[in-house]
Amino acid sequence: MAVKIVKNAAGRYVPHEINGQPVIPFKGVGKHHPAGRKYSPPVPACHDYPADGNKVVKSLEEALCKCGLHNGMTISTHHHLRDGDLVSNRIFELASAMGVKDLVWFPSASFPCNEILIKYLEDGTINRIEGSMNGPLGRFVSEGKMKGTAVLRSHGGRVQAIQDGEVKIDIAVIAAPAADSFGNARGTGGPSACGVLGYAKADSMYATRVIVVTDNLVDLPCFPMEIEGNYVDYVVVVDRIGIPEKIVSGTTKITSSPDRLLIAKLTASFLEKSGILKDGVTIQAGAGGTSLAIAVFIHQILKQKGWKSKFGFGGSTKYMVKMLEEGQMGYILDAQAFDLEAVRSVETNPNHVPYPVFNAYNYHSKGNLTSMMDIMILGVTEVDLNFNGNVVTHSDGYLLHGIGGWQNCLHARNVILPLPLFRDRIPVIVDEVTTLCGPGELIDVIITERGIAINPLRKDLIKSLKASNLPLKTIKELKDEAERICGKPQKPQFEKKVVAAVKWVDGTVIDVVRKIAPSHT
Amino acid sequence: MNKMTATAGNSGPGVRSDCEIIVELKGKGGIIIDLASRVKSLYGESIKSLCTEVLHFFNIRNTYLKIDDSGALPFVIAARLEAAIKKLTGSDLEFLPEMISENTYSTVPGRFRFSRLYIPGNTPAMMINAGLHSADGIILDLEDSVSPEKKDEARILVRNALRQVDFRGSERMVRINQGDTGLKDLQAVLPHNVNLILVPKCETSDQLLKVNTEISAIRKKLKLKNLVFLMPIVESALGIENSFEIARAAENIVALAIGLEDFTADLGVSRTNEGKESLYARSRLVIAAKAAGIQPIDSVFPDVSDMEALKQNILISKALGFEGMGCIHPAQIQVVNDGFAPDEAEIEKSGKIVLAYQEARRKGLGVVALGSKMIDAPVVARAQKTIDLAIKLGKLNPDWISEIPAGQS
Repeated sequence: MAVKIVKNAAGRYVPHEINGQPVIPFKGVGKHHPAGRKYSPPVPACHDYPADGNKVVKSLEEALCKCGLHNGMTISTHHHLRDGDLVSNRIFELASAMGVKDLVWFPSASFPCNEILIKYLEDGTINRIEGSMNGPLGRFVSEGKMKGTAVLRSHGGRVQAIQDGEVKIDIAVIAAPAADSFGNARGTGGPSACGVLGYAKADSMYATRVIVVTDNLVDLPCFPMEIEGNYVDYVVVVDRIGIPEKIVSGTTKITSSPDRLLIAKLTASFLEKSGILKDGVTIQAGAGGTSLAIAVFIHQILKQKGWKSKFGFGGSTKYMVKMLEEGQMGYILDAQAFDLEAVRSVETNPNHVPYPVFNAYNYHSKGNLTSMMDIMILGVTEVDLNFNGNVVTHSDGYLLHGIGGWQNCLHARNVILPLPLFRDRIPVIVDEVTTLCGPGELIDVIITERGIAINPLRKDLIKSLKASNLPLKTIKELKDEAERICGKPQKPQFEKKVVAAVKWVDGTVIDVVRKIAPSHT
Repeated sequence: MNKMTATAGNSGPGVRSDCEIIVELKGKGGIIIDLASRVKSLYGESIKSLCTEVLHFFNIRNTYLKIDDSGALPFVIAARLEAAIKKLTGSDLEFLPEMISENTYSTVPGRFRFSRLYIPGNTPAMMINAGLHSADGIILDLEDSVSPEKKDEARILVRNALRQVDFRGSERMVRINQGDTGLKDLQAVLPHNVNLILVPKCETSDQLLKVNTEISAIRKKLKLKNLVFLMPIVESALGIENSFEIARAAENIVALAIGLEDFTADLGVSRTNEGKESLYARSRLVIAAKAAGIQPIDSVFPDVSDMEALKQNILISKALGFEGMGCIHPAQIQVVNDGFAPDEAEIEKSGKIVLAYQEARRKGLGVVALGSKMIDAPVVARAQKTIDLAIKLGKLNPDWISEIPAGQS
């Protein structure tokens, strides 16, 4: 039966149904108004749990069995252990051995270490992944080899899907660097410290069953209780939950590329001259080499002017920690620690506070943090003449990245994308993005080594910078310049088959990714 | 026809924005292109059509091309293919990409040459963004940074870069090789609006005359309008001894540079950051250049990671009288530009001297005094130079005198 395709408010053709469930096409930013009540998991009773609080069982396999693992269930995991995660893959290895089929994996992100799961996608253990795709997993999905359709959500969108019951987590498996026998857990301490466990909070509250897996069982109470034992069914102790050097980059480093440094300098200069950077400013920047350099330049300006940022929102890095410790930043609110310095800081500095995405990005919250941020530095794989952004597919049409917090962050006051105008001959600015992930009305400024383009909607910025010596250009001028240097690229060719749906932060479908045409592979 | 193959360009891990092309000439079978490229799905067709165009230009109808591409821009692909074809056919045709309109400017003898960035002549990845870093000059180097077996293909690549890479106002420079290879270099690059030629390892004025005779001949033959300046590089004891003669060898010589790596090797001493071993040579070169009325330019500073040491080095260099320095990494450019430009204190002091001088003139005084100090005419002249420089660099408003509040002047 053919699924009906409609044109959504962004002009993208999307189906009415994904994986057999009805979906709502994107209606426009802020146009969707959810109704009804939040989803709730089944009601537990405390007398069904050990009175002495000891929920430790002897293996992950036993815990999965006790949780009633069976065909078609949805299993969630978090990605705080990043590429060093030893737990997620183990779940599906066990499920495959148990002969369980058609599972849905609902991670908060996937990493290269999860490539091994292709085996379980092929043997039918996993039906689909609802979470970020990259590298070999992305290629597998783009070539139409996954049985179900992938669903890509932002970090905030993932919480939205959990809260309104669009995704009902049957079993949440939460790897924890420290936990007690009752299931209280945190992200610090032990051999696999990752800093914070913010992405797992919603999973713990809304999943039917919750398993905490740790390699560092501590005496009760494990404090601070980022994950509260009251939500936890079973605790499993294993030798190792992660490979430390792959969990956090020992050290994050600012870019050494002179061209990226130029972009970072231009960005800092733009922030200063536009008046966006000011005393009391709120800042979020990523952990990429260019973002780190921008943070360093921002720090210099704050210091020079005697200004102080009210707070920064992490992904924290040593450069943000430096601002905190030297007095140019009041607080770090932190969803994830990117390097060892950041882990140390969150462990020891009371002004460096774990702050889950549950509070920061969530669509179903009564307001959220990102709209209070003054400076939001983000990346993108493509941006088009209408400032629309794509972060999930490469210009060749292959799935490349997850959305992460990118869509959520677009709600900040000033969204700035510092980018090289082209990467290895591939222009970043295109006529129309391959996959729409973020509407252009939310993207304010593109900063490249060859000039700055301000969204025409930001008349205020254009006016205030008119007399500056910044290299202001239109986005069309930048695109033409890139194409003059690189040539105009061919368009990727797709088949009709939808391999992934891209959700907007409110759960509506903003775009889909289609199967790569075979001649293209 | 015998099987004939030739290769040009670079590939392999770490290589970016380049390609390696193997051309195999065949007796029949038409043109077959075997393309491996990380941008194949986006530029596969355009790469193939460019290659076909180049092959037709050289009248090649039957060939097997194997291309290993890492995102090379069209001017690079065309240069690589031309180089490989020339190895097989010896053709003297040139497949010229468009000369972009931004690259047709000329320069003047007295322009600033604080910083000049060396770009290896066979490394396209470093050329593409070279113009972005505000260097006073960009040197496409055909000499020491290109291995002997790559000289021919580098010459073609540099030629194409001169036409296609936007230099953004930086003086367009090429460092040629010594001897006959250098003369070949000149023939390849001069028609493409080179502003300045660096002549390496100069020891006698004859060397320079030979180069300049060739330049004149090429300019005359091709009716080139833009001037071509010369910057000889002195890199040996003999060169230092002859530096004044070298500086005066031709009237289009605008600067004289010293190359300390080769110089210290010639002396048999090691090169240090403080540079005591080259102090005499550097001073002598500065005097020779100044005596000839041209700019003395210092050697590159080899440690690209140590910006503090670079700053110290510039302080010494400037104090000796040098007016610029070579850069081997874009990160050095701003440090060098800032270092050779007059700083705030210098500008302020010079301003005071110039004002005191004007005041004395107005009052008809024969002696100029600033506070309790007498100021001689040469001091005033130097201060005026600093002020002019500061205005040119945009560090001082041309109208600076009128901006000083009454009573302070």
